[in-house]
Amino acid sequence: MGLKTEPFILNVGPQHPSTHGVFRMRVTLDGEVVVDLEPVIGYLHRGIEKLAESRTYTQIIPLTDRLDYLASMTNNFGYVLAVEKLGGIKVPERAEYLRIIMAELMRISSHLMAVGFFLNDLGAMMTPVLYMWREREKIMDLFEMVCGQRLTYNYMRIGGVSQDIPEEFLPALKRFIDEMPRFIDEYEQLLSENEILLVRTKGVGVLPRETAINVGASGPVLRASGVKWDIRKADTYSIYDRFDFDVPVGNAGDCYDRYWVRIQEMRQSIRIVQQAMKQLPAGEVCAKLKQPLRLPVGEVYGHIEAPKGELGFYLVSDNSIAPYRFHVRPPTLINLTALRDMVIGWKIADLIVIFGSIDVCLGEIDR
Amino acid sequence: MMTLLDQLRVWLSAALPEWAAYVIAGVVGIVVILVFVLTLVIVFIWYERRLLGRFQIRLGPNRLGPEGIFQPIATAVKVLLKEDIVPERADRIVHWLAPIVVFTPVLMVFAVIPLGPGAILADLNVGVLYFVAVGSVSAVGIYMAGWGSNNKYALIAAMRTVAQIVSYELPLVLSLLGVVLMAGSMSMTEIVDAQNLPFIIVQPLGFLIFFLGVLAEMNRCPFDLLEADSEIVAGYHTEYSGMKFAMFYLGEYGHALAYACIITTLFLGGWHGPVLPPFLWFLIKVVAVFSLVVWLRATLPRLRVDQLMAFTWKGLFPMALINLFVVAVEVLWLSSLSYWLVVAVNIVLAAILILVWSKLFVLGRGKVEV
Repeated sequence: MGLKTEPFILNVGPQHPSTHGVFRMRVTLDGEVVVDLEPVIGYLHRGIEKLAESRTYTQIIPLTDRLDYLASMTNNFGYVLAVEKLGGIKVPERAEYLRIIMAELMRISSHLMAVGFFLNDLGAMMTPVLYMWREREKIMDLFEMVCGQRLTYNYMRIGGVSQDIPEEFLPALKRFIDEMPRFIDEYEQLLSENEILLVRTKGVGVLPRETAINVGASGPVLRASGVKWDIRKADTYSIYDRFDFDVPVGNAGDCYDRYWVRIQEMRQSIRIVQQAMKQLPAGEVCAKLKQPLRLPVGEVYGHIEAPKGELGFYLVSDNSIAPYRFHVRPPTLINLTALRDMVIGWKIADLIVIFGSIDVCLGEIDR
Repeated sequence: MMTLLDQLRVWLSAALPEWAAYVIAGVVGIVVILVFVLTLVIVFIWYERRLLGRFQIRLGPNRLGPEGIFQPIATAVKVLLKEDIVPERADRIVHWLAPIVVFTPVLMVFAVIPLGPGAILADLNVGVLYFVAVGSVSAVGIYMAGWGSNNKYALIAAMRTVAQIVSYELPLVLSLLGVVLMAGSMSMTEIVDAQNLPFIIVQPLGFLIFFLGVLAEMNRCPFDLLEADSEIVAGYHTEYSGMKFAMFYLGEYGHALAYACIITTLFLGGWHGPVLPPFLWFLIKVVAVFSLVVWLRATLPRLRVDQLMAFTWKGLFPMALINLFVVAVEVLWLSSLSYWLVVAVNIVLAAILILVWSKLFVLGRGKVEV
């Protein structure tokens, strides 16, 4: 066949149903096959890092809420940990446990959204998303009890958390944790062995182990590629060493493994919350600190295992009330750098699925 | 057998001249069909949205009128009031013509669908052939819409249309031939009358192939690649708004209704059924088929384009050929065979074939070296 064809350029985004925000991919297509891809970011840039330089350390906490807005609690957590690391601040026991409970609930919530929208990208017309929203709603209710907010929590404080949990929180949490495994079974029943899901995701968008390490991927994306790297275990922070949990690891590094790792991580998070609930001590929830807070001169990098990967905060302090420099290492921006390698040669439908399996949040990519 | 329209014409021609009776009877028939189709389409839009709501643990539209029954009307008014936008450098004539080309054949299909005994607009002796021919014209309209829009997403959808609809037409028609062979006629009413036992039991494999083919023909999940909203935005009607979009929307549901009617007629025994009046039986079966389609839509993810093509060419097409061959042999010896033996053979055959194919058949993973 001597038919002359030529590739064409398609702008996927910034307004597109499946770019999870305002992300743009400049895709070169040969028919349906992706030949080249160039990610374009910056449509949601709010200058959070610069804004932080003119705010006190406590005032920065609400800014971190707006990074990965699907996991605000863990953003708070990572930031206050970094500040506490530099300031050498001691956190009350009860606050440590509350932080762990909130962070793990946030992980479940974030993974629910990730898996749900991943299925949406596969074309499963909203049903899985809405099923997962049902459970996410309960987590939102729990968060609303403790801090009055449902999206941007602003719950953690330097030296603890903003307020103690109300009376009704623990019974509600117990009910949720007790019934959640059944719901995860339900998702797996609906999805994990679905023939169409298998053919669409198994072997699709493989991220080899070496590439994953080279691009600096982290979180479920890295673990799906077979690297057992979880900062909760590898560089234990807070009180994670007191809990017994596994790190699920995939082996193929394809979209299915990334989906599977997230499902398994939700189960592990439930285990952690169960243990934390049992051990939860009474007492203060926030250390008394001199306000406004001044940190010693120096720099610090604090990182945690956020739902989407390694969330790092780099702070430089000159002993004033605001940081001299504030930098965020967003997990999804780094994970996204592997996108081009994963999608070349796949079809446009796979492009959307692979992109969905990375689970990005534009709030933290553009900052 | 005289259809109801013929009876009306005979009754009219007693008082009026021959040509007037002919015209009036024809107009009455067309109006009845149009009213039937358009009301049912509107009810279906409401029904699908409510049913999807139930599947997705939410309520669905329930504000306007009892149980939200007037919601489609509000939607229609909203759509009609929207500005009609034609993209710059679009092929204006093609862009304008496409919705009509999609919608008209859908209406024309209803001419050969028997809604009850004798309640058929035109009892053609080649009814099946007519519906296959007219029904596939819509593909041209969809291609026109994609081509004329001057939009890359729409163009991708248009290319998918051609590949998908043309490919799925083959197993669809082949499985249809099984029915025609068994009924010994292409007339829709005679096919209905031939079903003492609904053909879904006599030819389960034929039904499955036909049903899957129909899903692809009417762009329903898991074959809804033409308007895969997560990939190519709205597919071929990305650039349509206002009345033209409404035509596509109506055409889509009209298609669903038409194929639900045809499945009912060819495989579910049409209007036959105990106790209830025939027309009600027909409606019940149509709604049941449509509910199945909505159920699939709420449950399944979408196939990829190459998997879709592999599924029809490597899966449905050979199975349809085997099915046709077996049915032909059975028809040849039907007089000497017991009817129930044929049913048993076909059910066992369907089970074996589906098992064998699901074991043999591995969809390609689809990576291309570039």
